[in-house]
Amino acid sequence: MAHSETVTAAGSNEPGWQGIVTDWSADKQTFQVPWGKAMMWIFLLSDTFIFSCFLTGYMNVRVSTPVPWPNPSEVFGLNVFGVDVPLLLIGIMTFVLITSSGTMALAVNYGYRRDRGRAAALMFITAAFGAIFVGMQAFEWSKLIIEEGIRPWGNPMGASQFGATFFMITGFHGLHVSAGVAYLTIVAMKVLRGDYERRGYEIVEIAGLYWHFVDLVWVFIFAFFYLW
Amino acid sequence: MSEATATGQQHPLKLYFAIWILLFVLSAASYATDFLDHGFVRWGLILLFMTLKAGFIIAIFMHMRWERLALIYAILGPPVVLLVLIGLMAVEGEYTELTRLDFFSAPLVPAGHEAAH
Repeated sequence: MAHSETVTAAGSNEPGWQGIVTDWSADKQTFQVPWGKAMMWIFLLSDTFIFSCFLTGYMNVRVSTPVPWPNPSEVFGLNVFGVDVPLLLIGIMTFVLITSSGTMALAVNYGYRRDRGRAAALMFITAAFGAIFVGMQAFEWSKLIIEEGIRPWGNPMGASQFGATFFMITGFHGLHVSAGVAYLTIVAMKVLRGDYERRGYEIVEIAGLYWHFVDLVWVFIFAFFYLW
Repeated sequence: MSEATATGQQHPLKLYFAIWILLFVLSAASYATDFLDHGFVRWGLILLFMTLKAGFIIAIFMHMRWERLALIYAILGPPVVLLVLIGLMAVEGEYTELTRLDFFSAPLVPAGHEAAH
């Protein structure tokens, strides 16, 4: 098991509970990580609460309606060459996001190796996968709105709360992906330009935390909204 | 060796590739649950694959496994209170449904198509 060898004040890097007590009680910085990383984690914590409230609200309206809930497997299915494949587009979107998570993890690794060409290239690839994801979501939304007639206040398949929760949850997630694409592109350009040669490449890991979080939220949306 | 040092989280590439492949497999497995009938087996598997995927993303890709406990508990502890909210809203939702069935026991048809009553 690898031990944490984080930056520490002298004699305060004990592991376990003793470490927690020392980190929180001593008159010093609590989190022994760059401040940007601590702030990103705290932001992600707040975002966790927002998405959890959305998903809990979705659970509440789905439980409380006596009208049958539309079957997501059929609503999000696609007809490919005459064959109905359930959840096809959503499946592909899931794989696109997982792929982008992998390239992001590699970008962080190359950043710390100070291989800024590869780090930036991998970040651009990650952003491109994110853009593909948003594009597919736009296609999904258009299909549901125009062809299926799903509205936030009702739809032809069942419980009228379906549209409201769907557009709010996936829309808020899509907004996060779009913001992530912009964020990654900006950071990647700065990495490529060599802005972090002196400051170090923690910024790639911080951007990576945000990106992995977006993927993480999708894991829950996929499970509770599309599969349940 | 994997380590978190002053210069940041640095781990062998092999580990990332292994987790990456694992996430693909788990995604495929959770997609496959869609072909099961609705029931406890399906819901259990959905939750299992979801938890495993989320765990690997947080632990390895987000490097939580190598952080100090002071950070781990500060970030992963607070969301536990959400279980209280989820529990309350589940109870509340059931109650609302029962109330609706009690007061509006009209034929169950999609919204916008209800018979006038």
